[in-house]
Amino acid sequence: MKRGLEGPPPEDRPTPAGRRNKQGIRIDPEVEATHEPRRTVISALVEHEPGVLSDVSGLFSRRQFNIESLTVGPTKDEDRARITVVVEEPDPGIDQIKKQLRKLVPVISVRELEPDAMQRELALIKVDADDPAQVHAVADMYDATTVDSSPETATFEITGARKKIEAAVETFGQFGIREISRTGTTALARGTEETAAPVSATESAADEANHDEPYQTADDD
Amino acid sequence: MSERAAKVTQADEEEQADDQITDSAAPDAAQEIDAESESETTPEPVTSGAEAVVRALENAGVEHAFGVQGGAIMPVYDALYDSDIYHVTMAHEQGAAHAADAYGIVSGKPGICLATSGPGATNLVTGLADADMDSDPLVALTGQVPTEFVGNDAFQETDTTGVTTPVTKNNTFASDSDRVGNDVSEAFALASEGRPGPTLVDLPKDITNGETDREPDAPAVPDTYEVQERADEELVDAAAERLENSNRPVMLLGGGVIKGEASEACREFAIEHEIPVITTMPGLGAFPEDHELSLEMAGMHGTGYANMAITHCDTLIGIGTRFDDRLTGGIETFAPDAELIHVDIDPAEISKNIHADYPLVGDAETVVEQLAAAVDESPEATKWRAQCQQWKSDYSMAYDAPEDEPVQPEFVVEALDEATDDDTIVTTGVGQHQMWACQYWTFTEPRTWVSSHGLGTMGYGLPAAIGARIAADDDQDVVCIDGDGSFLMTMQGLSVAVRENLDITVAVLNNEYIGMVRQWQDAFFEGRHSASDYHWMPEFDKLAEAFGAAGFRIDDYDEVADTIEDALAYDGPSVIDVHIDPEANVFPMVPSGGDNGQFALTEDQL
Repeated sequence: MKRGLEGPPPEDRPTPAGRRNKQGIRIDPEVEATHEPRRTVISALVEHEPGVLSDVSGLFSRRQFNIESLTVGPTKDEDRARITVVVEEPDPGIDQIKKQLRKLVPVISVRELEPDAMQRELALIKVDADDPAQVHAVADMYDATTVDSSPETATFEITGARKKIEAAVETFGQFGIREISRTGTTALARGTEETAAPVSATESAADEANHDEPYQTADDD
Repeated sequence: MSERAAKVTQADEEEQADDQITDSAAPDAAQEIDAESESETTPEPVTSGAEAVVRALENAGVEHAFGVQGGAIMPVYDALYDSDIYHVTMAHEQGAAHAADAYGIVSGKPGICLATSGPGATNLVTGLADADMDSDPLVALTGQVPTEFVGNDAFQETDTTGVTTPVTKNNTFASDSDRVGNDVSEAFALASEGRPGPTLVDLPKDITNGETDREPDAPAVPDTYEVQERADEELVDAAAERLENSNRPVMLLGGGVIKGEASEACREFAIEHEIPVITTMPGLGAFPEDHELSLEMAGMHGTGYANMAITHCDTLIGIGTRFDDRLTGGIETFAPDAELIHVDIDPAEISKNIHADYPLVGDAETVVEQLAAAVDESPEATKWRAQCQQWKSDYSMAYDAPEDEPVQPEFVVEALDEATDDDTIVTTGVGQHQMWACQYWTFTEPRTWVSSHGLGTMGYGLPAAIGARIAADDDQDVVCIDGDGSFLMTMQGLSVAVRENLDITVAVLNNEYIGMVRQWQDAFFEGRHSASDYHWMPEFDKLAEAFGAAGFRIDDYDEVADTIEDALAYDGPSVIDVHIDPEANVFPMVPSGGDNGQFALTEDQL
């Protein structure tokens, strides 16, 4: 009994020469671009209501976007909060993140910040204070503020770009770090530019959905 | 027909006779009400949150709702008691969600489903996920424990908004009796505005019981939700130019074409410019499959000619499709020579799976009209059309049906199609039977195909038939083509069909296997039929009779036509237990992640 259909078998069929890459882009030497992951900051203005943060973080986890940090806080308008997300993804992934975020109903606007945007983190670092003079010398070097000290420990608050905090952590390491608590990055656009202003549907769809912009790699500070 | 079924028919006739009496009396009664008071036009003011919820539905023009009663949703049901909204009590909440989903597909308006807190709400989840994957408009209203108990692991408490966030377009926890009516209005508007989807409002019992005199506003989406209707003109012009210069164009119509009411515009466009048309599975019915330009469905079990055309085209106009992996197969080999013109109302679908060279964000009908206005010359594609016709004959969807062998499922699908009108609504479960329905039913009209596409929910068919039947016109037939495994999952819905005397014909293509799994086990697991063998299947015709429906059985070819005729003629739910060839498999087939152009026509090509 026959199992299947009549017709030329696969080997007798023509196959096109073209191919697409994993992102569904046709592979053509002139338009092909390699998409390496890059680190960037996305700022979203959202309705300040319960559940928004979980909507946003849930979106990231179920779509397997790699979040580096996520901070949220109130804005000058008490009905709105700002969410700052640092992600590391290839360009098509970053594009998807922005589009998917915009789909959430409580999200008012979404923007990827320019690499020159102001980016700050805060860290609390508790170190052994066996040699207070030296510890304080290092603290001065990084503009760290002493927030607590005891006969055995000193705790410093340090704010700045990620690189600065990482450098400070490494330098404090020589005294023996007991504990560290760090926030994620928070950021604002420079000058008069608005960080996440509401954009019209036409504008957002035209610039985000419809065109690949030449991206630059985000840099700290 | 069984004795029991005969009794039901008789009872029905009596009931109908009663109805007629009521009907003839109705005009007078209606006039009386009109004359009696103006209160029909200005309804009683709302006094509670629950009444505001129901008023919001009434304002939105809701006529039907599907659901199951329960503790935390009782205030809403109490308010429904006085409403003209017809509530269909389902046998299981999953059925309520599927019925509402199908109602939405057939009517184009959001379907409504209700469930209580905890288990009621969690039972809705499959239906919500299904609607979410298929972008079907649906509003779910769930009861919740009183606010003061929320978070305390109270009786029948579940974090419903938490559980349903990933599977809804939007959900809301109602926290204010004055605001709850507007929460529902907003959920209703959001369900169908832009890209449709399921929305949910979680209703704590104290909020619905709470006093309020606040009348809900008319449905409106929140200010933050913006939809772009028209595509960028420059991009439309560029896409039009690309199309004019193409030699191998293909239109790919997805479910968005049907949801966006763009079938007519797409048909006109394709026919005017003589562009071959392929549909996705949710797009079945967007273009008449009996038209010469139709290549039917592409993808894993699409036709050979559709898959050849999609693989070899140079311009692909994808409208309202999200390029699901069952359509594309492996991304690397999907339409590798084609520049993609992608029309979608959801910007996030653009370049999600397949890079769009011409992204046209907007409403499908509007954008197709924009495109039609921008295209001056039809593409020169005579050779291409001839090639497509050649593929149609090379890879024809013909099958053998020798009289002395078990009934082939394709034959049954075709017989059902022949016995019914073009506007007949087909619902299915998920599995081999669903694929045979896609392949061998000739779809010609939008909103006649109701199936679980993205989520692939077994058990979808019967509850969907219930929802479809209630949304459909009275003279439209509703046929459910189901599989034995699928039917068994939600067949308690028969009790609902019998109670409501819904004229549905269910054809269970019974092969005593989870057939699609068995097919894959044969192809990829050395024929080891682990847990796919269902040789313990009940006799569905007898079960139907036990429910009070009409039961039929087909074992041989010579029974097919007559039995189908009898089942369709039966006024009420009928079930045909069709014993098909247990070894029948679905072909063509593109193995998961494979090259669409390399579809297998037989077992040994896999």
